Amino acid sequence: MNQLKKILLIILFLGLFLVLDLLISPRMNPYYLQILIYCGINIILAVSLNLINGFTGQFSIGHAGFMAIGGYTSAAFTFYLGPKILETLFLPLWFSKPLVFVAGLLLGGTLAAFAGLLVGIPSLRLRGDYLAIVTLGFGEIIRVFILNIDAIGGARGFSDVPKYTSLFWVLGFTVLTIVVVRNLVYSTHGRAFLSVREDEVAAEAMGINTTWYKVTAFVIGAFFAGIAGGLLGHYLQYLHTNSFTFIKSFEVVMMVVLGGMGSITGSILAAVILTLLPEVLRPVKDYRMVFYSILLVILMITRPQGIFGVREFNWDWLKKIFSRKKAQAEGA
Amino acid sequence: MQELIQQLINGITWGSIYALIALGYTMVYGVLKLINFAHSDVYMVGAFAGYYSAHWLGIAENPSVPKAILVMLISMIVCSCLGVIIERLAYKPLRKSSRLTALITAIGVSLLLENGGQLVFGADPKFFPQLIEGQEIWSKSGIVISNLQLIALIASLTLMGILQLFVYKTRTGKAMRAVSYNIQVASLMGISTDKIITITFAIGSALAGAAGVLVGLNNPKIDPIMGLLPGLKAFVAAVLGGIGNIPGAMLGGLIIGVAEVMTVGYLSSTFRDAIAFGILIAILIFRPAGILGKSTTEKV
Repeated sequence: MNQLKKILLIILFLGLFLVLDLLISPRMNPYYLQILIYCGINIILAVSLNLINGFTGQFSIGHAGFMAIGGYTSAAFTFYLGPKILETLFLPLWFSKPLVFVAGLLLGGTLAAFAGLLVGIPSLRLRGDYLAIVTLGFGEIIRVFILNIDAIGGARGFSDVPKYTSLFWVLGFTVLTIVVVRNLVYSTHGRAFLSVREDEVAAEAMGINTTWYKVTAFVIGAFFAGIAGGLLGHYLQYLHTNSFTFIKSFEVVMMVVLGGMGSITGSILAAVILTLLPEVLRPVKDYRMVFYSILLVILMITRPQGIFGVREFNWDWLKKIFSRKKAQAEGA
Repeated sequence: MQELIQQLINGITWGSIYALIALGYTMVYGVLKLINFAHSDVYMVGAFAGYYSAHWLGIAENPSVPKAILVMLISMIVCSCLGVIIERLAYKPLRKSSRLTALITAIGVSLLLENGGQLVFGADPKFFPQLIEGQEIWSKSGIVISNLQLIALIASLTLMGILQLFVYKTRTGKAMRAVSYNIQVASLMGISTDKIITITFAIGSALAGAAGVLVGLNNPKIDPIMGLLPGLKAFVAAVLGGIGNIPGAMLGGLIIGVAEVMTVGYLSSTFRDAIAFGILIAILIFRPAGILGKSTTEKV
């Protein structure tokens, strides 16, 4: 019964996204649609990085590198192999195109996850700032290598990527990321991730395989970053290594820290805020990025634990207010 | 062979500049355990301070050595003021919060300086005036050394020597070492840690300012985001040599500089930015404390 309910819920949500996509996308201002899609992609990035940085307590600033791997791999797949597969598969296009797209995304995610494994291994020896700088270095090395592969555009950028990403896919993968990370964190394994963050030595003494959990966090985080990269590439139809510099990684780290390390809802909110902020500040033109950075510094000084800290957003406070009012009414 | 030596010379010139920037990272990391990402932009401001003061002094028309030294001093003073202001406004309120928060704030300050720089100085590159006329002082069997390269090397070595003397021979330097060893115990011993941190920022930023002018001399195109990559590589140099270690920063800077120029010369210029990080990853996996650093064991 429970299983059936879950499946129904998934179908319901997918249907809702599809309806939303079909109804809203054509009528919406393309600019707003783009912002919406960026919000979704950034939520995927922030939530997946939160698993590494927030819940497991490792400090990675190489997320853009994983994103680049995922983006380029999936784009290469749909660009080079996609047409051939579409030709050989005797299926209607509306069915086979998404199939190719999802296959590309998963391939990109898997390769990114493999890179996550490679980056996760030094994390066994390094901590804190050193790990941060190594992940940053890995991200840059990945970027430079992509820059030197001519088949995927090199310095010219990878253009003519098929446009497969739509609101439906972005919403679907955003929800998938949130659900996977949430369920993982609230499972037995999730407690193990948290224990690595709180005190590695104590966790090890309690019989937790800290190595395994650290690497797992990197692999899962990198997988979703790769998916996000694939979504971005198939939305813009163009990829350039300049979009995957460490500045992009910083942006994602900012989202995680601003939202609160170890708060999924916090990451979501911060991803939305930090995506919208530069757009909202557009009227002030040249001062835009200056305001953005000043706001960031002020926020960090006034609320260093992030918006939510380690808590999650919920409706309890509303219930509390209501129950208090009820109690007061009854008391009177 | 000649080419190799020539590359080595170019590499050492770049390396000595990386080393100067690395010193600022190493010193701040030593006392605050903070990667001061804004440091690379202080170096950018140093280059621009040099640019404007050189024009203001009318040096661009008639270059002379005393004036060049004056420009360097002005830029060092401007940078050390900037460093102290950054420390007071952005990092001091965060002394008690987590290191990550401080790191994000540092990134924020760095973004602020870059974008503010684009606003104030203009986003287009500017050409640094020739403070000293470039000459070839050695040109034999295909190897060329210019006086500018020599100046960069000598100036950074001199500044480093002064710093080393300051840290190891003066009372303030001793206090600095005490703070970097253990900030709480140092303050119990009556050291004003806030004052020491301010001095650290002032000195580190002054060195970045000097590096900015030296880069302007050797590579006259300056722009508001010029600090981004050299800054990161300088940090890599600091880690490579062993963070908190002054000769280590020098050594790390030289290694990074030479490796980079060699990569450009013999491999491909596009790999230039990857080599520094490649070295870093290798060193951190095999010797996490850096070449000259002392490894510490964690106690439970």
